[in-house]
Amino acid sequence: MFTAPLAIVAVGGLGFYTILERMEQDKYDPHALPSPLIGHKPPTFNLPGFNGAPGFSNTDLAAPAQPMLVNWFASWCMPCAQEAPMIAQLAKTGLPIWGVAYQDQPDALASYFAHYGNPYTKLALDTSGLTAINWGVYGVPETYLIDKAGIVRWRWAGAITDDVLANGLNPLLAKYT
Amino acid sequence: MAQAQNPTQTVTRDGVSLTQAQEQRAEAIGDQLRCLVCQNESIEGSSATLAKQLRIIIRQHVVAGDSDKSIMEYMVHRYGIFVLLKPPFSRLTLLLYATPVLALILGFLVVWLARRSKTSPPPPLDDAEQDRLERLLKS
Repeated sequence: MFTAPLAIVAVGGLGFYTILERMEQDKYDPHALPSPLIGHKPPTFNLPGFNGAPGFSNTDLAAPAQPMLVNWFASWCMPCAQEAPMIAQLAKTGLPIWGVAYQDQPDALASYFAHYGNPYTKLALDTSGLTAINWGVYGVPETYLIDKAGIVRWRWAGAITDDVLANGLNPLLAKYT
Repeated sequence: MAQAQNPTQTVTRDGVSLTQAQEQRAEAIGDQLRCLVCQNESIEGSSATLAKQLRIIIRQHVVAGDSDKSIMEYMVHRYGIFVLLKPPFSRLTLLLYATPVLALILGFLVVWLARRSKTSPPPPLDDAEQDRLERLLKS
């Protein structure tokens, strides 16, 4: 008569172990949210650029020549600084990465770039953070993959690590190229 | 925030001026929304910058006369149903809502199986056996 309860406990334990194991391997983050933007075009926006350079709007993202990333970051954000070498490395491979500085100040941004370099093909400033809300951004860094049709295919909240690159981004880049 | 009882009195919360009644509506909406930064807090109870911005947006929509439903839809459109502290009943949450019923069914099943496997009690003793039992007990 104890077989059924024991079996339930065993299944539950196995499930819990799987969750912990996947969290350990960076394959599962219980705090990560699925983005409602996936499968859709980004919402309407038009943001100014940095240091007199033009910013960009949603129409600029409508039909990129190749798949590209939109990286939300801020000079005040520690994980963004940790992610900076990865973004620079990705940019070197020829992948266009457009940056949006979230709730940032031009002088703080300038010293951030002086330290970490500016890997962005284009840069826009979301000083109020209201465009971020329309995208469903809930923290920085956040990275969106946009395919050639201008559709959002992937969103990663948090810094892109080697594991995220290998298991998340690279397969999708291969798929949408 | 609950110092004024007059529903038409104007209050200011997070830089938005609105009437006491509107503020109460905004608080009721914010209580039902999850802060995306501190995920176990409501937007109303969180001190995160994003929560404050969302509180402002809720109040602006309330002042503009938008319905509760349309404000909820605004949030779900951007952050998904995870933003709702009480998940709606849908195909995705079916298992979640069905769990109590499933647990009850499982419990009944276990009890039924346990009862079935129990061996039936022996038949009552006939008169001869009863006599023998009494004799044995007396000796």
